Amino acid sequence: MIPSKFDYVRAESVEHVVQLLQDSDGEGKIIAGGHSLLPLMKFRVTEPGKLIDISRIPELKGVRLERDRVIVGAMMTHREVAENPIIKEHIPVLSDAARLVGDIQIRNRGTIGGNIAHGDAVADLPAPALALDANLIISGEDGLDVINIDGFFLGPLITALPENSVVTSISFEIPPSNAKSAYLKYFHPATGYPVVGVAVVLGVNSDGLADYVRIGITGSGDVAYRAKSVEQELIGKPLTEDVITQASKLAADDGDIGSDLFASETYRRNLCSVYTRRAISSLLD
Amino acid sequence: MAGKVGARIKRKEDPRLLTGNGYFSDDIQLPGMLHAAILRSPHAHALIKSINIEKALEAPGVVAIYTGKDLEGKIGRIPSSWLIPGSNLKEAPQYPLAIDRVRYVGDGVVLVIAEDRYGVRDVLDLIEVDYEFLPVSVRQKEAMQENAPLVHDDIENNIAFHWKAGEVPDEEIEEAEVVVRESFNVQRVAPSPIETRAAIGQYNPGNGELTLWCTSQNPHIHRMVLSEVLDISEAKLRVIAPDIGGGFGGKIGVYPDEALIGYAARDLKQPVKWIEERNEHFSAANHGRDEIIDVELAGTRDGKLTAIRVKNTANMGAYLSTFGPGVPTIDFGLMITGAYDIPKAACETFGVYTNTTSTDAYRGAGKPESTYQIERMIDLFAREIGMDPVELRRKNFAKKEDFPFTNAQGLVYDSGDYEKPLNKALEILDYKKLREEQEALRNEGKLVGIGFSTYVELCGFGPSAVAGAIGFQGGVWENATIRVHPSGKVTVFSGTSPHGQGHNTTFSQVVSDKLGIPLEDIEFVFSDTKAVSMGWGTYGSRSVAVGGGAISIAADRIIEKAKKIAAHELETSVEDIEFEDGVFKISGVPGMERKFVDIAKSANYAWNLPEGVEPALEAQAFFDPENFVYPFGTHIVVAEVDKDTGQIELKRYIAVDDVGRVINPLTSEGQVHGGIAQGVGQAMWEGIVYSDQGQLLSGSFMDYTMPKARFFPTIETAFTETLSPVNQLGAKGIGETGTTASIAAVMNAVVDALQPYGVTDVEMPLTPEKIWNIIQTGGENDDTI
Ligand SMILES: Cc1cc2nc3c(=O)[nH]c(=O)nc-3n(C[C@H](O)[C@H](O)[C@H](O)COP(=O)(O)OP(=O)(O)OC[C@H]3O[C@@H](n4cnc5c(N)ncnc54)[C@H](O)[C@@H]3O)c2cc1C
Repeated sequence: MIPSKFDYVRAESVEHVVQLLQDSDGEGKIIAGGHSLLPLMKFRVTEPGKLIDISRIPELKGVRLERDRVIVGAMMTHREVAENPIIKEHIPVLSDAARLVGDIQIRNRGTIGGNIAHGDAVADLPAPALALDANLIISGEDGLDVINIDGFFLGPLITALPENSVVTSISFEIPPSNAKSAYLKYFHPATGYPVVGVAVVLGVNSDGLADYVRIGITGSGDVAYRAKSVEQELIGKPLTEDVITQASKLAADDGDIGSDLFASETYRRNLCSVYTRRAISSLLD
Repeated sequence: MAGKVGARIKRKEDPRLLTGNGYFSDDIQLPGMLHAAILRSPHAHALIKSINIEKALEAPGVVAIYTGKDLEGKIGRIPSSWLIPGSNLKEAPQYPLAIDRVRYVGDGVVLVIAEDRYGVRDVLDLIEVDYEFLPVSVRQKEAMQENAPLVHDDIENNIAFHWKAGEVPDEEIEEAEVVVRESFNVQRVAPSPIETRAAIGQYNPGNGELTLWCTSQNPHIHRMVLSEVLDISEAKLRVIAPDIGGGFGGKIGVYPDEALIGYAARDLKQPVKWIEERNEHFSAANHGRDEIIDVELAGTRDGKLTAIRVKNTANMGAYLSTFGPGVPTIDFGLMITGAYDIPKAACETFGVYTNTTSTDAYRGAGKPESTYQIERMIDLFAREIGMDPVELRRKNFAKKEDFPFTNAQGLVYDSGDYEKPLNKALEILDYKKLREEQEALRNEGKLVGIGFSTYVELCGFGPSAVAGAIGFQGGVWENATIRVHPSGKVTVFSGTSPHGQGHNTTFSQVVSDKLGIPLEDIEFVFSDTKAVSMGWGTYGSRSVAVGGGAISIAADRIIEKAKKIAAHELETSVEDIEFEDGVFKISGVPGMERKFVDIAKSANYAWNLPEGVEPALEAQAFFDPENFVYPFGTHIVVAEVDKDTGQIELKRYIAVDDVGRVINPLTSEGQVHGGIAQGVGQAMWEGIVYSDQGQLLSGSFMDYTMPKARFFPTIETAFTETLSPVNQLGAKGIGETGTTASIAAVMNAVVDALQPYGVTDVEMPLTPEKIWNIIQTGGENDDTI
């Protein structure tokens, strides 16, 4: 599996990345961990003329708290995200999902920025990103920009990322203190990617009613999506088995669910429901 | 030194391999070496109207480009080596590159040679081939229909061969008290070794010698076949199989690609290297299985099986591969009665050409399929008459006292005691308790199933006269030379050709026990036709049974000669010499002895040899076994089905195998584990899928599911030992037992779990969606699943 010819350049800074992208006449492509891009290049599905390596730019690293949000650098690897104490404390559903990405080698190379910017319909991290109302911080030709995750994914491998721009960090909302969360994944037996991955953030008030619900679903649709129908069905209700089951039946409604060699649309819709139900139920004691 | 055979000894080959000191095809770098790439057909069936290589010729570093037309008359056709007699076999000519018509996705069209590995791949994108599409035949039963498109114009109804063995008159079936019928699809799979195929050719124009390194399981077969294909003296062609990352049957075949590389190296007088890409491997390397098996099993209401009739419709792909025709016929059809004393049996096999990649032997080759059908049928029959499947098995087993046992198809099973591993497995499982638990869980709405496979398989083919009678184009004996150096260290030359099995370790144990020398003193030469005079390679679980048999005999010859020398030195007669644990002694006379190393030295120095004894200490043996060997055993699977998703969890896997003498329990367990993984892989995940247009839909590991360690529970293994009379070691084969047994065990467990839905079969692989559909429909649409 041999890619076609390409040039390679290592970017020194975020501005440098944007400059290199502008100068490359559409031939340039950012490479972060390379674990989504290189396989595509080896299949010759994509044949960029120039790779712009962003892996050694210090500004793209690190995790910090900023008021009610956690800001994660785009070049943080899955492993770093899975193990970071700030993430584990405030937005554990993100580290839970990162821990289930690929295998150890992949988690050591692949990055959160790449995982989201790639727009792969079967990537794991879009699910927690949706459930944590993530904002993508972007640097481009016109300076800084912020794009909310809900609406960022336009189609398989198509995103709202403007041309010649780079995701520098991702900011996640810290859920209210009563909220619990879970990420539940059905592994594709061939690839280990999610056939469905459900991230749930759920708060229950002192009366036993759901007062905070965010659900992100990845894997089954043409893009990852917020399961808003389920959220609406649950909010303000007591979380009885029946309520959860009924609400979970709507889990596929907000997605554009597809078929492939492994699973039909009908079956995937079922998986969305079952995994949503199980993810929610796992949070109740 | 004694007692090595039977000991858990770590693999001698591992330190080298694990520290990165292996020497695989891709490690080979030769001065002036060029690189090859092959443009392959993206279409299943098309005429080649034109090939434009103009742009490609101008690309940097291009050295040569060959099309099928360029090579016409220069490279011979690639033959099949298993020409089943009495089957009206029609072998379509396969040329190294398609000449005017491509017949499957992956068929070679253009060979490009260039200076560098990356560059040569780029050149493929510059070649324009103009195709005119032809209608396709993809699935074997459709391909046999009257008006199906022909893969080869002169081969009627695409039928490559029609083979029959045994006879069961209609009334045997129709008048039986109970008849169970089922049709099974043993789907096509890709052997998928971790190393793809490779070939490196080097030609010496000075003496006309061609050396070909290639990923072969049987270098001497490659030499024999390719010397003819390339029209070169067999004595000038040297084939070497370097370290190989697995074969599983996929590297038995003599492929067009290997002939192309040998040809190009000779034509260009420069070394040429070809390393197959993974996606290329999916379409161009032989697949396995792809057989539709229709079975009728008859018997009495109280569980005595009386007759079995089987029809196998096998998809051979576009051409007959090296061992291809033997798999669904000899390997399959003579074993359809399995471990049971079923008095009447008949098998009829159609081999069918289609516009798909050729199929060939894949781990177990025919035996997993025959075991699959009989073990599945036994369960269905048991269900039909309301008998426990274990009881039905016991009732019909070939009895211990009947061995050697002749099955209904005339094969003579060398040795067996089928109750022994069954009893042991049931003990490990705690069968009675588990059935009770299953009942309780069912009442709670949980789906748990128990599946059995009490298999027997044939391997270690022999004698060669039988190979001839069944159309195998070669012998099945084995060759070993033991060379004792002056220091007493030993080099063993064997005609087997390991590619992951650990021959180095197990054969060392055999030699160590025989000669009484440490394992470390024994080295091996395999897989080089210039070093090993002849041999038939490694496949069909033959290496220990046949190769180990040859080594044992050669070791005896060494001892025989050494005894003469020892007797001479000790001034006594040979009859008085005892040899034990590496020491030659005079019986009853303490102190009068010679060590093996002493004799090694005196034999090689030859200062004082007995009359008529030649110098040196070296012996060769050619061992042609009198019969096949028939390992057997019981595998049990406990599986649970998730009702909501159809996912299957393997709760337990128990394997009790009887492979005769276990040379090394550690490596044997390794073979069992690997075999099971591949069989369970077939049952649950793997599957090559073609579209109706013959497009390969499962052409990468993104879609083709390989079994992974985390899919399995701890495999509980045990052995019983019923020795084989066929070879000195008493050993049978173990490489394929796991695959042979496991497919049926898993399927029986899952079908048992789904019993509340009344299904009798689920088509493999058992994807969760198929199971979920059964649960959704309550099993009503059984036939469509
Ligand atoms: C065998 C294997 C198994 C895997 N399993 C999983 C799995 O289970 N779940 C899962 O989610 N993923 C899986 N992955 C994918 C892996 O997580 C990737 O690492 C990740 O999706 C992409 O991150 P990357 O840093 O490697 O991106 P790259 O491959 O470097 O880039 C991917 C794309 O994003 C763009 N890009 C990267 N970073 C930025 C940025 N900061 N700004 C703008 N554009 C950017 C690139 O230009 C490119 O188009 C697997 C990969 C492999 C090889």
